[in-house]
Amino acid sequence: MIGPFDYQKNLVVGVGNADRGDDGIGLWVAARLRERNLPGLAVRELRGDPLRLLDAWANVDQVFVVDASFSGRMPGSVQRFDVTHKSLVAGNSRFSSHGAGVGNAVELGRALNRLPSRLVIIAIEGKDFRCGAAISPGVKKGARRAMELILRKLTISGQEPQACMNGR
Amino acid sequence: MGNSDRRSRTVKVGYLARVEGEGGLYVKVQGGEVVDVRLDIFEPPRFFEAFLRGRDFREAPDITARICGICPVAYQMSAVHALERALGVNVDGQLRNLRRLLYCGEWIESHALHVTLLHAPDFLGYADGIQMAREHRDAVERGLQLKKAGNEIMTLIGGREVHPINVRVGGFYRVPTRDELRPLEERLKVARDTALEMVRWTAAFTFPELETDYEFVALRHPNEYPFNDGRIVSSKGLNVTAAEFEEYFEEQHVAHSNALHAILKGHGAYLVGPLARYNLNFDRLSPLAQEAARSTGLGATCLNPFRSVIVRAVEILYACDEALRLIAAYEAPDFPAVELSPRAAAGAACTEAPRGMLYHGYRIAADGSILSAKIVPPTSQNQKTMEADLRAFVQSHIDLPKREMRLSCEQVVRNHDPCISCATHFLRLDLDRSEA
Repeated sequence: MIGPFDYQKNLVVGVGNADRGDDGIGLWVAARLRERNLPGLAVRELRGDPLRLLDAWANVDQVFVVDASFSGRMPGSVQRFDVTHKSLVAGNSRFSSHGAGVGNAVELGRALNRLPSRLVIIAIEGKDFRCGAAISPGVKKGARRAMELILRKLTISGQEPQACMNGR
Repeated sequence: MGNSDRRSRTVKVGYLARVEGEGGLYVKVQGGEVVDVRLDIFEPPRFFEAFLRGRDFREAPDITARICGICPVAYQMSAVHALERALGVNVDGQLRNLRRLLYCGEWIESHALHVTLLHAPDFLGYADGIQMAREHRDAVERGLQLKKAGNEIMTLIGGREVHPINVRVGGFYRVPTRDELRPLEERLKVARDTALEMVRWTAAFTFPELETDYEFVALRHPNEYPFNDGRIVSSKGLNVTAAEFEEYFEEQHVAHSNALHAILKGHGAYLVGPLARYNLNFDRLSPLAQEAARSTGLGATCLNPFRSVIVRAVEILYACDEALRLIAAYEAPDFPAVELSPRAAAGAACTEAPRGMLYHGYRIAADGSILSAKIVPPTSQNQKTMEADLRAFVQSHIDLPKREMRLSCEQVVRNHDPCISCATHFLRLDLDRSEA
């Protein structure tokens, strides 16, 4: 289970399913960032219920949630959504027993006043979501750009985040 | 819309919301009479019974768990019991208790989600659980706390909260130590109090009138509220074993649904699920759960499907209570599983999924490969009754304005927490009112 931190400055949560090809790209990013063992950065992976995000980011200042997207853009393209004050979901949510997604978790967190001080969704466009498929090379390339983007934005050891060189 | 228009119209919900899977709803009214009702299930067929053919019997619990992300334990439990019966093995003692504890976890998390985020918005007038959360924060937090407690049981016993990986035919791959269960006790004591508050909260909703004459069908055990064991009984006299299920129940294909409709032969439509369990097993609930139900005025019998939201809350309370009882009596078994050897055989079992009785029947070859599998999920069994509910509701509320009619029809379906992927995401309602 993912429990709340006592306090954490920065958190990256990789979301996805490692058995569904490019859907595992959020988990891949989380694993690469964990390997770097960066001070002041916590890393978590979320494979199950997205509502667990509400506990995962409790007591954290700045959170990046990395997930795969399927929007028709070029595979590997990276989009950044600052959802701290702006909704990711348009209109009523299609909340179902199986279908709660990251967008639902963010909006539920907003309704319950359980969002971190800053919450950014990093969406990496996937291409191949077949069961058992490997992550596409082009999508990994996009993921590396996403990692650079996150690292530039981290607030580490009291320092202010560096300017984002490539926000989109 | 004038009253005369309302007496001939079509109510159509193209895509039902706050249910699982893809389905819609069509109701046609002519001259003040409901002439056609269809719960359209257009979720594509999923072919699990065919996937199982040729696979080793030991793979069944992990394959069938994938049928559902919210009630995988039910699929695992019905699978292991059916296969153990085929192999002549009885899994008893603490292994049986651990299975019951795992099932408590699934009921708590599944019911808590449905009561709070899927069903309660209907009663309180919100489009969804998120909008409701802004004004009913405490109630939603309670639901999330309960869901978390259920998930923790699933994680500890099942290895993970979605699609557990620790269940096997014969028992488990690993059993917890007593010390590992201890932290759950404190969490569940709090959850039990939270569940009691949820019972009171749901009891204060306003409920539309709808009295039904269902044939309730559920398991009944000599001394337990049913999870894994019991005879199949009904409110109209049925009393058979799971091995006899296919003699008494029949699945039928209908053109408008990709899920088979089940009937009780010679009787017709029936209802499984919390309402059926409650009405057939009220005396098997723990004293605390019975008392909580009585305090809401629910009584031992409940025939209004809208009140099923209270029954689910009572079942959450019971599951917390039962989980605490099981943990208090737990001693780690010497072996995590009973050894078994394949043989040519057949076996069947029913267990009680959160949404109702779930049947699995298997035939296996001497080498342990599965020759055939039959799975009858609760939502398949309830489809005819959901259509009957819609017919009765629309007929008795024929003059409701179109928007209210559409929302109420959706609520009628959500009363039964249908899982259309097990048998559909949400609902299009077509209400056709035309001149006779």
